[in-house]
Amino acid sequence: MTDMSVEKPGASVSRATRESKIALPILIVLVVFLAAAPWWAGRADMRLMVEIFYYLVLAQMWNLLAGYAGLVSIGQQAYVGIGGYMLFIGTVFLGVHPLAAVIVAGVAAAILALPSGALLFRLRGPYFAIGAWVLAETFRLIFAQVSALGGGSGMSLPTDIVRSIADGRSAREAVVYWTALGLAVGSVVAVYYLLRSRFGLALTAIRDNEEASGSLGVNAWMTKFSIYIIAAFVTGMTGALIFLQKLRISPDAAFSVNDWTAFVIFMVVIGGIGTIEGPIIGVIVFFVLREFAADWGSWYLILLGTVAIVVMLKAPKGVWGYVAERWGLSILPVARRLDLNSVLDPSRKSRH
Amino acid sequence: MEWINAIVQGVLLGGLYALFATGLSLMFGVMRFVNIAHGDFIIIAAFAAFTLTSLTGMHPLATLIVVAPVLALAGYANQRLILNRTLGKDILPPLLVTFGMSVVLQNLMLEAFTADSRRLQSGALETASFQVIDGLSIGVLPLLVFLVAVAVIWSLQRVFYGTGVGRLLRATSDDQTTVKLMGANNAHIFAIATAIASFVVAIAGVFLAMRTNFDPSIGPARLLFAFEAVIIGGLGNLWGTLAGGILLGVAQNIGAQIDPGFQVLFGHLVFLAIIAVRPEGLFPRIKA
Amino acid sequence: MLTVSNLDAYYGDFQALFGVDLYVDAGETIAIIGSNGAGKSTLMRTLTGLTPSSGDTIRFDGQVLSGQPAHAIVKAGLAMVPEGRKLFPSLSVEENLLIGANPGRDGLWNLDKVYAMFPVLSERRNNAGTALSGGQQQMVAIGRALMSNPKLLLCDEISLGLAPIIIKDIYTAIPQIKAEGTTIVVVEQDINQALSVADRVYCMQEGRVSLTGRPDALTREEITAAYFGLEKEDA
Repeated sequence: MTDMSVEKPGASVSRATRESKIALPILIVLVVFLAAAPWWAGRADMRLMVEIFYYLVLAQMWNLLAGYAGLVSIGQQAYVGIGGYMLFIGTVFLGVHPLAAVIVAGVAAAILALPSGALLFRLRGPYFAIGAWVLAETFRLIFAQVSALGGGSGMSLPTDIVRSIADGRSAREAVVYWTALGLAVGSVVAVYYLLRSRFGLALTAIRDNEEASGSLGVNAWMTKFSIYIIAAFVTGMTGALIFLQKLRISPDAAFSVNDWTAFVIFMVVIGGIGTIEGPIIGVIVFFVLREFAADWGSWYLILLGTVAIVVMLKAPKGVWGYVAERWGLSILPVARRLDLNSVLDPSRKSRH
Repeated sequence: MEWINAIVQGVLLGGLYALFATGLSLMFGVMRFVNIAHGDFIIIAAFAAFTLTSLTGMHPLATLIVVAPVLALAGYANQRLILNRTLGKDILPPLLVTFGMSVVLQNLMLEAFTADSRRLQSGALETASFQVIDGLSIGVLPLLVFLVAVAVIWSLQRVFYGTGVGRLLRATSDDQTTVKLMGANNAHIFAIATAIASFVVAIAGVFLAMRTNFDPSIGPARLLFAFEAVIIGGLGNLWGTLAGGILLGVAQNIGAQIDPGFQVLFGHLVFLAIIAVRPEGLFPRIKA
Repeated sequence: MLTVSNLDAYYGDFQALFGVDLYVDAGETIAIIGSNGAGKSTLMRTLTGLTPSSGDTIRFDGQVLSGQPAHAIVKAGLAMVPEGRKLFPSLSVEENLLIGANPGRDGLWNLDKVYAMFPVLSERRNNAGTALSGGQQQMVAIGRALMSNPKLLLCDEISLGLAPIIIKDIYTAIPQIKAEGTTIVVVEQDINQALSVADRVYCMQEGRVSLTGRPDALTREEITAAYFGLEKEDA
């Protein structure tokens, strides 16, 4: 990444921080290392990492909605499910290659999000959140009625389609892995640049004061709506990827509020809502806890829910918010920082 | 005739949905607060009644003497100790804290009661029915639930419009700041609203457990039904909430009449249709 | 009765009051005047606990009120007629008055007495409070505050937005209330109105008390200077 500082006489506005400049090469090395996993990681590890990656994408998208656009939704499982089913429809009925079907799934989710979003945006705040949940349930019940897709019991991805992903099981798993890694890295990078664009500025203006943002020429409705569509697109692709790994789909699995929304909300809340780093931390915490508590059954969920409640009450900015505040860190900075040194330099002319 | 039957049974089912929805409607009305764990509290009430009947052999209806006050007290405490801390301009804390509560409660119930499906046995009441005309008979229990829903809403209206507490609750709904100048402590008023809501939740839970099977996982679906009834009926209007519950019940039963798989789906579709044409609901009294 | 010493108040980072000192003796009528933004309303909000205060800065009847929540302060015997009247729209006129009695203090004031002072309210007792004219709403707001039988009544900008003839009507109530033994503080931008009822005046400017004294002891020039923030030599 290039240094984004804008040279202006008087003051310089910059978004890069010292940590971000140090972290960048480390992040690049990490991604290259992860990309090479098929050569160093075992099969079970790779499956776990795929899961981590798709949760990272879901967490980034939910955070984009709730943390930046103020759209708290309990219905994002709608787009995971639609994406998953589009993978099956695309490959089985339309003869699309599975990897192409992942993109088709994203597009289909985005297209379905247009009328869905227009409808849900008529509800405000908490009503939007629950309305989105009703909509996801509606999709689940509709898919359960389609007998060609196996109705309520679902269907498996036929063997010939599984084989068409790549030759041999390891190659297939590597392809799924890279797709997941690509989506994960892509989603972080996309959110980062999205928030640094004019779009990000508009979101900040809306978050600070939705009414006043209108007078700054920001169309709050359209900005939020666009975010909703983008999140649906990425979540839809992720849904297709999830079921490309699972190879089996059913309405209950595809539209699960627990798997695709509750866990994701916990990750974002615990990690730190409204930052890019937060969801990453949250995903890591979630999986570390899960490794320890794998045998706890429902106690694991009780623990997770309790932690999320306590975090929301005691440290609403989450783990990352706490760390960032305590040590002033920002690895993926999206806020502009004003460098006043040049203003204070008397040799320069400055307005006062 | 079977269609008329479906509609009549749907109206009666709507009474149960109105009971689900009343607490949600009330809490939103007083403090603009939506409890995502609302459905799970209904199921907690059901399990509390179930435990009492299995331990003591009490009639399910008699358990309300214990369950309703206990839930009301628990609601008061929950509001004062936890939920009040989430209130403010930001919508995230109340939503996420109650969402977390929902997941925690479901899993605690799962640990305590297993995933088995249960039902409260109410003896003769369960099967009693009377024939209105040929081909249309009405179950005593569904009718009782409906009448209780009407009675609950009527009583709450009396409380709101005829007592000092009701006056304070309505004033708080209007203006949380100015009501402090009346010597009212918001934290206490909110908790009273939640206590009343929880009292109704207990009634809803016990009747749910008498009418249908239940298990720890079905709370969220009850939340959605309650939510749909509130939105269809219009915010801040309890009679509207009853109307919303009835419309939802009728829609579901008509769906079920076409195909059993359409029951819940039809309810959702009617709800979505209402937000498409009239997002403020049928009889709104306050703005969201 | 009321002693305010060195009171500061903040909205976030913005300081709205700077070391305000004032006192009110029992039975007095005090006017606080000042232009828009001088800090009068902030002072009222701080006295009633709607805006937080700290330290031992506000004492009332020997009790420390600073730091107390609004509902506790009201129960201690303060009542406020808030700026903009702030009637409860879903309550009728009578309910608006009745809710004022919520703090549960005994005293002379009750529904009948408020209706006797403002007979028009009695005729409209079942109307929604907000269906009334501005002047009538102001009467409800005053009545509502009196229903708590306060020892000290704070009236925040009760003439704001009303026609002069209505203001006169409203202000005839002040001596009546005083005659019942209630101590009164009126906050006004309308200097003449305020001076006509006040025993003593405080003038505020930019969050500070800029002038204080008896209305008859103060000259027009002094008041104008303190009100508008003009230096003496400029006035």
